[in-house]
Amino acid sequence: MSLLSIRNLTTVFHAKEGEIRACNNIDLDIAVGKSVGIIGETGCGKSVLGMSILRLLPRNVTTSGEIWYKNQNLLTLTANQLEKIRGTEIALLPQSPSTSLNPVIKTGLQITEGLQIHRKMKPSTARRQALEMLRILHLPVPEKKYQEYPHQMSGGMKQRILAAISITGQPSLLIADEPTKGLDAVLRAQVVELLQQLIRETGASLLLITHDLKVAARLCDEIGVMYAGEVIERGPAQKVLTEPEHHYTKGLLASLPDMGLCPIPGSSPSLLNQTTGCKFYPRCSARQEACRINPVPLQMCNGCYVRCLYSA
Amino acid sequence: MFKYLARRLALLIVVVLGVTLMTFSLMHLAPGDPAEMIAMARYGLDNLTVEDIEQIRVEESLDSPVSVQYLCWLRHTLHGDFGCSLITGDPVMEEILTRAPATFKLALAALLISMLIGIPAGIIAAARQSSIFDYLAMTGALLAASVPNFWLGLLLILLFSLTLGWLPVFGYGGLRCIILPALTLGAGLAAITTRLTRSSMLEVLQQDYITTARSKGLPEARVMYNHALKNAFIPLITVIGLQLGHLLEGTVIVESIFAWPGLGKLLVDSIFARDFSMIQGCVLFFGVVFVLVNLLVDIIYMYLDPRIRFEREF
Amino acid sequence: MSWFKMLARNKLALIGLIIVILLVLSAIFAPLLAPHSPSEQRLEQALLLPSMEFPFGTDDLGRCIFSRIIFGARLSLLIGITVTAICAVTGVFIGMLAGFYGGIVDEVIMRLVDIFLAFPGLILALIIAGLMGPGMFNVMFALALVGWMGYARVVRGTVLAEKQKEFVETARALGATDLYLMYRHLLPNVMAPIIVMASVGIGHTILAAAGLSFLGVGVQPPTPVWGLMLKDGKGFLQTAPHLTIFPGLAIMVTVLAFNFLGDGLRDLLDPRLKEKRIE
Repeated sequence: MSLLSIRNLTTVFHAKEGEIRACNNIDLDIAVGKSVGIIGETGCGKSVLGMSILRLLPRNVTTSGEIWYKNQNLLTLTANQLEKIRGTEIALLPQSPSTSLNPVIKTGLQITEGLQIHRKMKPSTARRQALEMLRILHLPVPEKKYQEYPHQMSGGMKQRILAAISITGQPSLLIADEPTKGLDAVLRAQVVELLQQLIRETGASLLLITHDLKVAARLCDEIGVMYAGEVIERGPAQKVLTEPEHHYTKGLLASLPDMGLCPIPGSSPSLLNQTTGCKFYPRCSARQEACRINPVPLQMCNGCYVRCLYSA
Repeated sequence: MFKYLARRLALLIVVVLGVTLMTFSLMHLAPGDPAEMIAMARYGLDNLTVEDIEQIRVEESLDSPVSVQYLCWLRHTLHGDFGCSLITGDPVMEEILTRAPATFKLALAALLISMLIGIPAGIIAAARQSSIFDYLAMTGALLAASVPNFWLGLLLILLFSLTLGWLPVFGYGGLRCIILPALTLGAGLAAITTRLTRSSMLEVLQQDYITTARSKGLPEARVMYNHALKNAFIPLITVIGLQLGHLLEGTVIVESIFAWPGLGKLLVDSIFARDFSMIQGCVLFFGVVFVLVNLLVDIIYMYLDPRIRFEREF
Repeated sequence: MSWFKMLARNKLALIGLIIVILLVLSAIFAPLLAPHSPSEQRLEQALLLPSMEFPFGTDDLGRCIFSRIIFGARLSLLIGITVTAICAVTGVFIGMLAGFYGGIVDEVIMRLVDIFLAFPGLILALIIAGLMGPGMFNVMFALALVGWMGYARVVRGTVLAEKQKEFVETARALGATDLYLMYRHLLPNVMAPIIVMASVGIGHTILAAAGLSFLGVGVQPPTPVWGLMLKDGKGFLQTAPHLTIFPGLAIMVTVLAFNFLGDGLRDLLDPRLKEKRIE
């Protein structure tokens, strides 16, 4: 059973230069207790997808389509109803721990304020729960850290604090936005472990947004590959990461260091003024004339959904 | 922290010494015989005699060299003796302390008014960027920042006192009397506060931690006031602090327009009367207050920004 | 003329520029533009309301306010431009010395700047001009004395940053003298912020000068000065408010014009600030 169903999600940024379609007709389902990874290069719209679900995007953005969560369409909720979803039903683990904590508020309050508002918890109860959470997350001397400001902590500690913030509300769905971006190998391994622990402890579903295929392989049951604002391939993680159908996914795998470090020629297209045909057309090695003009639907192919006219 | 305070106090001493020395030299380099002017102020032009002038010159030791006079003044000042007014004969410090509350009241009222106008206007302008309110607030701020305060004061009198008859033209005491002078004095600061609150809020609202706060499901009001405003306040406090000096400057003009019995008017009157000891007293007082206000602003700043607070402590 | 085109794109800056040009022209051609003599007193036509003959009315001595405002622009601009020029040149010179030589020179100069900044400038100017007695020169001296610090600070900062760059070392290795380095390499780098500061500074100086005139310090009657006209008009606020309204408007429009111009120049000359604004 699906916890979250995204249908036809289109997110458009209205910039001075024109309309930027960061997400284009996206369909996605996340089942209860499952982990879904969204992979893609920088600028393909994967973070925007995560932000669209929680409607955390700036005001110059319009989102259309439907996002169904427990029989409610998130895109039609009032601000008030949305606040009740955020944090307690769907939580966000933001990217860049160094800038995602408020520098002038003590970390303890940053963890508990959501609980105090949504669960009407007394400060002392909230504090006990937050400390418990920090202990589970192996934060050294939690009582002391609870009283400190973010600038007094290391990057790894901040990450843990953010993890604590995201799960204290016991959400059913956790959106992790590039949790390993810019981290070294040791920290990355820690974060992966942390995420595994989070979903194990809470039983929540996970939407993992990452450019790191290895992290996705470790954590996800299902994988969606995004390119230029579209999901171009979607299926079981094992299948997508070993025998992909789409030429872009194939290229992406071939560009990995241990697969031969063989980059895809060309660069990602601008999301401004998009063409109607296949977005990967200019870089594709197997392109045909038909790919250039005809819109490409997402169709079932060998157990995967693929957006390619000539897959396999 | 201690080192910092010591530095500030050293600066204070140098400033006061420098400014008083300069005033002293100016008074004696300025054209005209000071003794004659004092005599004129005391006895009037008609009753002026050469004997009176000479007597004043000796009494006030105006016949000794400037350096001797300055050192003499300094010695008295260090002993807590600020001298007496050359015109009225009242003790200088007593007069200044009687006048100071009026100026502080006016400056505080102006500060309060500018905060009450500027901070909410800036927040709303930032929250509804590019709305009609935003444009109105920014245009208003632009005009308020460019309007000469002496002209604004007169216009306010013209509108609220002479035409509408709601508020008194001048006077001291009571809330109704302070509204127009405080509004005149605070208009410029209100403009600066509005602009800065807006730009500071806009900058803060783009930060990642605001997204984090929203993702926790906090109500928008809490995001704005607890998470954004607290950060936006840090640059705001610095600039407002720097502007407090301008507020003090403004009292000189505003008090003259509204006949407000404060230090600004005392200083202007003393300058025209060439009441040297009173001028020196005012300069001393303004200098000390100015440096102390800046110090206070720094301390508030440290309190607001934990990053600085901890750096200084360690 | 490409800078002009860029300035023209910023509407407010263009308005500012046009007003400044009009002000300068009216100051230069004041005798031709003014319908009446600015000082001719005709008591039988005192305190007249604005009319075709006297666009802004007449004052208590029957003088044409419009003509006095046009002639007043002369003195305002003269004071504003001269004082700002003196401040900018002094500030650039002092800031350059501090930034270039560093060490004890820098220490002494910057402490001096701290001292000057630690006392409210307008009050200091009031005391200086007030004690030195009436006269335009005294006002200008007082305003110049309290106005140079900002320029010195900015120049010092820029020079400190520029000095580190390689081309300075290269030029020095090629045998360039200090003076040559300062003039050819460092000065061009500080020009942009100085021009922006000076443009806004002219407005500020005019405002400060008018404030001093309003208090009765500085230029004395019957010279047509905006601040003094306001001071005289104060007594007739109830019966003849036009005595107050028009000179004040002149001051405000002038200050606003220089502020607009300064903002426009900032966008034009300081690409760093411009980028920040776009973000």
